[in-house]
Amino acid sequence: MADISTTASPGAIGRRTSLVRRPSGRSRFEAVIKALLFGAATVSIATTLAIVFSLLQETIAFFGDVPVGDYLFGTKWTPQFAGDQQSFGVLPLIWGTLYLTGIGLVVAIPVGVLSGIYLSEFAPRRVRKVVKPLLELLAGVPTIVFGYFALTFFTPEVLRGALGLDVNQFNALAAGIILGVLVVPTIATLVEDSMSAVPQSLREGAAGLGANKVQTAIRVVFPAALSGVVAALVLGASRAIGETVIILIAGGQTANLSINPTESYQSMAAFIAATSRGDIPTGSIEYETIFVVGMTLFVFTLLLNSVSIRLVRRYRQVYE
Amino acid sequence: MTGAQIAARAAGNAVIPRAAGGHRAFAALFRALMYGAIGVSALALVTLLYDVARDGLPKLSVDFLTSFPSRILPQTSGIQSAIYGTLWLMVVTAAIVVPLGIATALYLEEYADRRKWWNRFVEVNIQNLAAVPSVVYGILGLAFIVRGPLSLGRTVLAGGITLALLVLPVVIIVAREAIRAVPPSIREASLALGATQWQTIWKQVLPGSIAGIATGVILALSRAIGETAPLLVIGAAVNPRFNPDGLGSAFTALPIQIFAWTQDPNRDFVDLAAAAILVMMVVLLLMNSVAIFLRNRYEQKW
Repeated sequence: MADISTTASPGAIGRRTSLVRRPSGRSRFEAVIKALLFGAATVSIATTLAIVFSLLQETIAFFGDVPVGDYLFGTKWTPQFAGDQQSFGVLPLIWGTLYLTGIGLVVAIPVGVLSGIYLSEFAPRRVRKVVKPLLELLAGVPTIVFGYFALTFFTPEVLRGALGLDVNQFNALAAGIILGVLVVPTIATLVEDSMSAVPQSLREGAAGLGANKVQTAIRVVFPAALSGVVAALVLGASRAIGETVIILIAGGQTANLSINPTESYQSMAAFIAATSRGDIPTGSIEYETIFVVGMTLFVFTLLLNSVSIRLVRRYRQVYE
Repeated sequence: MTGAQIAARAAGNAVIPRAAGGHRAFAALFRALMYGAIGVSALALVTLLYDVARDGLPKLSVDFLTSFPSRILPQTSGIQSAIYGTLWLMVVTAAIVVPLGIATALYLEEYADRRKWWNRFVEVNIQNLAAVPSVVYGILGLAFIVRGPLSLGRTVLAGGITLALLVLPVVIIVAREAIRAVPPSIREASLALGATQWQTIWKQVLPGSIAGIATGVILALSRAIGETAPLLVIGAAVNPRFNPDGLGSAFTALPIQIFAWTQDPNRDFVDLAAAAILVMMVVLLLMNSVAIFLRNRYEQKW
């Protein structure tokens, strides 16, 4: 009797059982399909391995020529020079990356978080129908278009024209602020998602106790969604750190350790794109710098991303 | 903290108001700030479009679309080789990303046992790949595809593979969502009628999720069209006066041509970048409209 009840359980329905048929061509076909699909899934693993392997190989070669300490703690980045002038201190590039990202986040965090709160808690249906596509449109604009905008409009007509600032043609202010605009849709969408996931009962409880809509949003829903919000900010930061073209076009190509936002800066990603143009000889020290800087950038974004994955997982556990 | 505690704490603040007027003023201020935030995005989008249209529209003509880029004369310069290059790249990228992305998504949703560590590893790995900066994919393309193991050279094929790897996580993630949206009852009914697992997938799950998958593919390709950094790194051709004639041909692409023009000290060339941006944006808008149409027209309601 027990045997009958197991074969009749829902999970077993439709599966070939040994009682009915011997292994057939059909089941071998099924196994081949499964193997093929698994093979496709391993491509993503192979991609990661290939990225790590290619970065590591040239990074090791680079550290054969330049001491690790000189790279990590050096304050002069001049790989394009010759002889004594040549120096491989990566700090100016890291600083440029963080500085531009920082300017971007000063714009993107308030704008993105407030937009997300509005969309999740306040926006009437009709307004949502306009605002959501607007953010999607903004998110779909290629970054080179933002770069063009920063170079041909934001620097000359807003910073120099309207605000009368004495900025370099390539400057941190324009690149950073436009970088922030690029990140706004990412942050807004993720904040909206994490706040919408907060159960309705919390809002009702707060309203029942006399809180108004703004109080409910700020003091009840927002704190309940906080880990999701932080994950959104971390992902936004990671996006800004890896962004290349805006900085390459509008931020300039000078490795710079200053704090003056009117000057030109270079980021890690922008250095890579500026240096690698296809005809760079394999094995040259210049070729190796692409990879060692790429490795540094990769580690930065990997760390940020693991933080955000962990945060998202934690916040999911609260309500599901 | 439980939801009730949070609500009670918030309400504790709310029922002992400093002054009802203060709350109302703060609420009004907060609302104003939110409108301001939405306004920033709207303003950015509008000025951006205005800037590009102002610079680019006067340069737009049939000649611009059908001429090759010139290094000397902006008025005879065009984007024919960039358009053909982008088309070639998209064909290669789609040919790789469609089968690979769908197969991976099917494996993860229909076959993978989540209790097995390697399956969880594949999932986390895809999440991480989605966040790797595009310039790093360029490095991968340079070291692994253009040179190194594959050594394909600076060709259409190398560029297409690089872009395919870049957008593969996007396709996988969207396709998985579409496949997950097909309710289990459909699969159970199919299996109950004697279909094998693959027959169930091929005849039921795929047709039921194809609209969502197609939407994901189009969105991924529209991301690939605008990518500049990886193609710069692997070394796309600058200002070529020829179209690609095969997978082994040198190429340029719209974003590369745009980038090259923004770097030119001559303002007339910079305006050409705006004209090329307009062409690219129109293509992107068309692709997105197709995606929205597919989503609305063919999306299954279960």
